[in-house]
Amino acid sequence: MELIKKLTILSDAAKYDAACTSSGLDRAAPPGAIGSAVAAGCCHTFSADGRCVTLLKVLMTNACSYDCRYCVNRRSNDVPRTAFTPRELAELTIGFYRRNYIEGLFLSSAVAGSPDRTTELMIEALRLLREEYGFGGYIHAKAIPGADPLLTWRLGLLADRLSVNIELPSEEGLKTLAPDKKKADILAPMALIRDGVQNSRHELAKYRHAPRFAPAGQSTQMIIGATADSDRQIMLLTQGLYRRYHLKRVFYSAYMPVSDSKLLPARQGYQPPLLREHRLYQADWLLRFYRFEAEELLDEAHPNFNPLVDPKCSWALSHMGRFPIEVNTADYETLLRVPGIGVTSARRILTARRCAPLTFEGLKKLRVVLKRAQYFITCSGKMMEGLRLSPDGVLRNLVQLERPLLLQGAPRQLSLFDGVG
Amino acid sequence: MQVSYAYDGSFAGFLTCVYESYARKEVPAAFSAPGDTQLSLYPEREIITSEDRGGRVFASLGNKISGDARRLVVYGFLTCLPDRELHLYAFIRLGYEAGPAVTRRLTDDRVAVLTNAVRHLMREVQLLKGFVRFSDCGGRLAGEIEPKNRVLPLLRGHFCGRFPAETFVLYDRTHREALFHRPGRTAILPVDTFHMDAPGSTERFYRDLWRRFYDTIAIEGRYNPKLRMTHMPKRYWGTMTEFQED
Repeated sequence: MELIKKLTILSDAAKYDAACTSSGLDRAAPPGAIGSAVAAGCCHTFSADGRCVTLLKVLMTNACSYDCRYCVNRRSNDVPRTAFTPRELAELTIGFYRRNYIEGLFLSSAVAGSPDRTTELMIEALRLLREEYGFGGYIHAKAIPGADPLLTWRLGLLADRLSVNIELPSEEGLKTLAPDKKKADILAPMALIRDGVQNSRHELAKYRHAPRFAPAGQSTQMIIGATADSDRQIMLLTQGLYRRYHLKRVFYSAYMPVSDSKLLPARQGYQPPLLREHRLYQADWLLRFYRFEAEELLDEAHPNFNPLVDPKCSWALSHMGRFPIEVNTADYETLLRVPGIGVTSARRILTARRCAPLTFEGLKKLRVVLKRAQYFITCSGKMMEGLRLSPDGVLRNLVQLERPLLLQGAPRQLSLFDGVG
Repeated sequence: MQVSYAYDGSFAGFLTCVYESYARKEVPAAFSAPGDTQLSLYPEREIITSEDRGGRVFASLGNKISGDARRLVVYGFLTCLPDRELHLYAFIRLGYEAGPAVTRRLTDDRVAVLTNAVRHLMREVQLLKGFVRFSDCGGRLAGEIEPKNRVLPLLRGHFCGRFPAETFVLYDRTHREALFHRPGRTAILPVDTFHMDAPGSTERFYRDLWRRFYDTIAIEGRYNPKLRMTHMPKRYWGTMTEFQED
């Protein structure tokens, strides 16, 4: 088969993997070799769906022995099957990398025969790339659940980031939709990678040339909307993963109709839950950078996010007693809780107010976006001039700001009153 | 009396202007460099670039103000801010008065204008690190960009560090200069005309592969051109392989 055809099939099969980041690691190119990594990551282009493309995202092979209902590559699906040889893949990666098309390689694979065999194939491709071609760029590899721990260990020595997909937010979902996979099988390699990363870090502190195991950590992904799990369950799971498994990222992927299985949402008239996915990502950021906890964002009475406003606004509106806060005296944590003020803005506010008291005019000069924040802050005791406030007026204005987002996809009449907590 | 300083457009020249203005106890009302289209009505004073005087100002920016302030001046000189010399000059004057705290005065107009311009520059640098496309011309790599700011000095470390063993040239259409690199040597030089050779068969093969990958990786059900444009403004598309046809 021609290379271009293989690339089409194997990247088409890999596109539902949401993760495409190249962050978490600074590394210079080894002398005479090619490739480096930057901690901030680097987007090389954006595809027509607006997602960042940073890595050459392909499968080693799409000939799978499993039959997971939600997956395009399931055994029972009638699609053309093919596989890269390790050398083809290495050549392709270097060819793309030299032209600055990509930041590195994201190598995943369908389970070809057994998890061990698949991992061996991936190791061979990565070894070729690293050792023969002297490639120093970023490599993200998928660890295959069920593979021998030693093989996963070797994979992690070649890759920068490893990931194991948790696939579905709950064990029941997994049982019905992915009968070949078990939650324990997925969590076992995750724990293995976590311990590997920790050990490797300790050893590096003692010995400079100790082998580096997955220096950019690990991530995971779950499919949203294929099962009936609530946002609250998903956030609690996410929080648990960050805390217990020290993940760098949890990715959410809105379920796309790839199967006619009766267990999944029907294909006709199906709209992928993109807005819900967006809200989950917003909440994920709140967990990682804004010192929120999942229990604060959602409770038993409100198990799902309000689609009309973002999770932080929603939290602020139900805690109006804490606002408005005074920009000139509030501490960093408090500033971070103001809707519309992010990490960058909060830092700038801290810096600027050491020199002079801040006014709304001054905040605009700092490029702090006030369209949301204005309802929640005071400058030297005063609210923004000309701001008229009634409790539901704030909500109405905040929803108004979200309108372009809400109108995307299916245009429907918005009601202010359903689901507002 | 108000005067306009005419200098050679280099950074050392600008720093010499700063030196001269303090030596002569006058505040320039305008700056002009060769190639400027604007004509100043103030009487002109020719400032001859002096590495020594410029170097003394450069050292004093670090010693008397701060390293951060000096970095802001160096980067500010690379931005596309209109009248950037005047803004830089105002910032430097303020810096000598206020000392290291000047970079924290983010609400002062003289500082805000500069920090925002530098932010624009750094964003463009960050985007271009990804959006630059090289073509293989007989073993050497060549690429073109069309940035608003002078980004080459800031891209230099990234690309030379990434491709230490390659020979490449990156041409900046807006400012007509190019970054040249071969193992062990790099330089940024003014270039008047630049044109790339027609792509060979291997090069066309890889371009086709890349375009195919780019088209395949998008999920149809999530088509969102507006989001793509937010992340990747259209002005960059002109030099990117995936939007060209051979």
